[in-house]
Amino acid sequence: MTGSLLVAAMNFHTLLFYLFASLACGFAVGVVVADNVVRMALYLVLSLGATAGLFFLAGAEFIGAMQLMIYVGGTLVLLVFGVMLTAQAPFVSIKTSASDRVLAGVVAASLLALLLQAAFSVEAWRRPGLGEVAPPAATPIGTALVGVRVDDPPPGTPPGVRSGYLLPFEIVSVHLLVVLVGAAYLARAKRRRTPRAIEVAASVAPPVDERRRAGGSASALTAGGVR
Amino acid sequence: MADFLINSVGLPPWLAWTVVAGVAAFLILNVIAGGALVFIWAERKIAARIQDRLGPTRTGGRFGWLQSLADGIKLLAKEDLMPEGADGLLFRIAPYVSFCASFCAFIALPFAFDFVGQRLNVGVFFVVAVLGLEVFGVILAGYASASKWSLFGAMREAAQVVSYEVPLGMCVVVPVMLAGTMDLVTIAEKQAGWFTNWYLFHDPFTFVVFWVYVTCAVASVNRAPFDLAEAESELVAGFHTEYSGLRWSFFFMAEYGSMFLVSALAAVLFLGGWNGPIPVAKLLGLSAGTGDTAHYFVRLIGCGNLLLKATLGVLVMMWIRWTLPRLRIDQVMTTCLKYCTPIAAAMFAGAMLWQLCLPGGILPGLSRPAGEIREGWIEGPGGAASRPTPAAARAVAEVRP
Repeated sequence: MTGSLLVAAMNFHTLLFYLFASLACGFAVGVVVADNVVRMALYLVLSLGATAGLFFLAGAEFIGAMQLMIYVGGTLVLLVFGVMLTAQAPFVSIKTSASDRVLAGVVAASLLALLLQAAFSVEAWRRPGLGEVAPPAATPIGTALVGVRVDDPPPGTPPGVRSGYLLPFEIVSVHLLVVLVGAAYLARAKRRRTPRAIEVAASVAPPVDERRRAGGSASALTAGGVR
Repeated sequence: MADFLINSVGLPPWLAWTVVAGVAAFLILNVIAGGALVFIWAERKIAARIQDRLGPTRTGGRFGWLQSLADGIKLLAKEDLMPEGADGLLFRIAPYVSFCASFCAFIALPFAFDFVGQRLNVGVFFVVAVLGLEVFGVILAGYASASKWSLFGAMREAAQVVSYEVPLGMCVVVPVMLAGTMDLVTIAEKQAGWFTNWYLFHDPFTFVVFWVYVTCAVASVNRAPFDLAEAESELVAGFHTEYSGLRWSFFFMAEYGSMFLVSALAAVLFLGGWNGPIPVAKLLGLSAGTGDTAHYFVRLIGCGNLLLKATLGVLVMMWIRWTLPRLRIDQVMTTCLKYCTPIAAAMFAGAMLWQLCLPGGILPGLSRPAGEIREGWIEGPGGAASRPTPAAARAVAEVRP
């Protein structure tokens, strides 16, 4: 009894870490295994939420809250778009073919191997002791992303202003914007057909009741407005 | 409290922390559940009075005090139905997702200086982020019910909440900018003193921003006139059409919890938090840091202040609900994108300029002399050394108009 309590007392954070980590991994597997879009989204949200829990556990509250707002909230929007754009039947299910599974398995396994190698190549997973120089934190990266370098230059670098990562950062942002505009365009082009169909229907069959019914089924979002 | 348990009672740290977390969770749960009981009764009475009726009069005495309790027992006894075509897992889990989001946001909400579940230095951000997750339960419910009314309601809710998060975030940023921190405790402490120190009266821009915040807050918790997700006249009951019994009541607890939360957030950000309009405690020479009993008493009063302000906010929401008609979805979107967002952005820029030109507030010479008094009045964890003595605080308070 006391022995187990002692272990628990010593590893209180470790226990919570394992809890959140196993939740994150378990739900991540759930995302892959599930074949329903909305269930996938649910598992993804729970997995990302557990990751946010890991951040809070590590005392990185800002990143944790960011994780909740951007990833969990972003998944929400993804889900809405997924349902709105793909839902032809009440419950969408995605069937993965065997070849896709094999391909995905190979890609995932190679990525895992790469990450594991990177993880185990870190010399020591421990806090810096007294007098040691702390490993670089996120701050230099963050300031470099907005164009200011605060980290020490490697020996042998000629003096002068070193460039930050502002330009690549902006290029990536613009790429994302292009993707966003493209997605909006695709979603819009699909929907634009509906009003024309209604117009045709209305010109063929002018009675008011008919037109109202056709308008009512135009889209879920404008249903209230048409009424 | 955890330190007290570890040092004085002698509990092992992990047990102490568990006990502390359990107590905080229990108290927050009581605030939500007990609040929901009171607010549902208040909503019935207010709706009745506004519509020139009496409302509940018989259950539990003259004013129908126990009506909510009777409702609760009825809901417990109701059959738990699920539509045949529904997605069982999602249908069952959806109310708890909503409720958990509402509950989690309370963790970072301070009720008085020390009365906070977990003090986060990004408290505002955390509350807004978690509050935005409540819509997830609603969308799951709407989708999993396999009913067109539910799906319509959920889609409207998604569109509405995602849109309103933009102006809401901009409104919240203004007090954060004025206080220079995202820590809710510090933001409220900076508004200590007379009510002229509240950020609501800091400058004309913050005054406008507060009302934009009110609009967005009402919209983001789906209250009328923005309750399109459950528009009874068009969508039966919207996203919770297929729910009954206890699951349905979880949605309602989440809704009333969120209402209370956004009101409390408004109180902390704009209305001085737990500081009353008149600094009675300061005038009497009590500061939040002196003596044990007095110090605890001051905080208890502060807690009462905050609860009172938040309750007033909820009552105003009810008043709005029973006064204004429901908007159409396009009007909701217009309000958000064409009015709230630009106004909030302009006011944000205005407040920023004001802060640059007149950093002292509306009446720099009178209401808030300079930095040193403000510093002294913030009793942060490390600010004990610069705290003025009670006599000095009284002298300062008397100099003020």
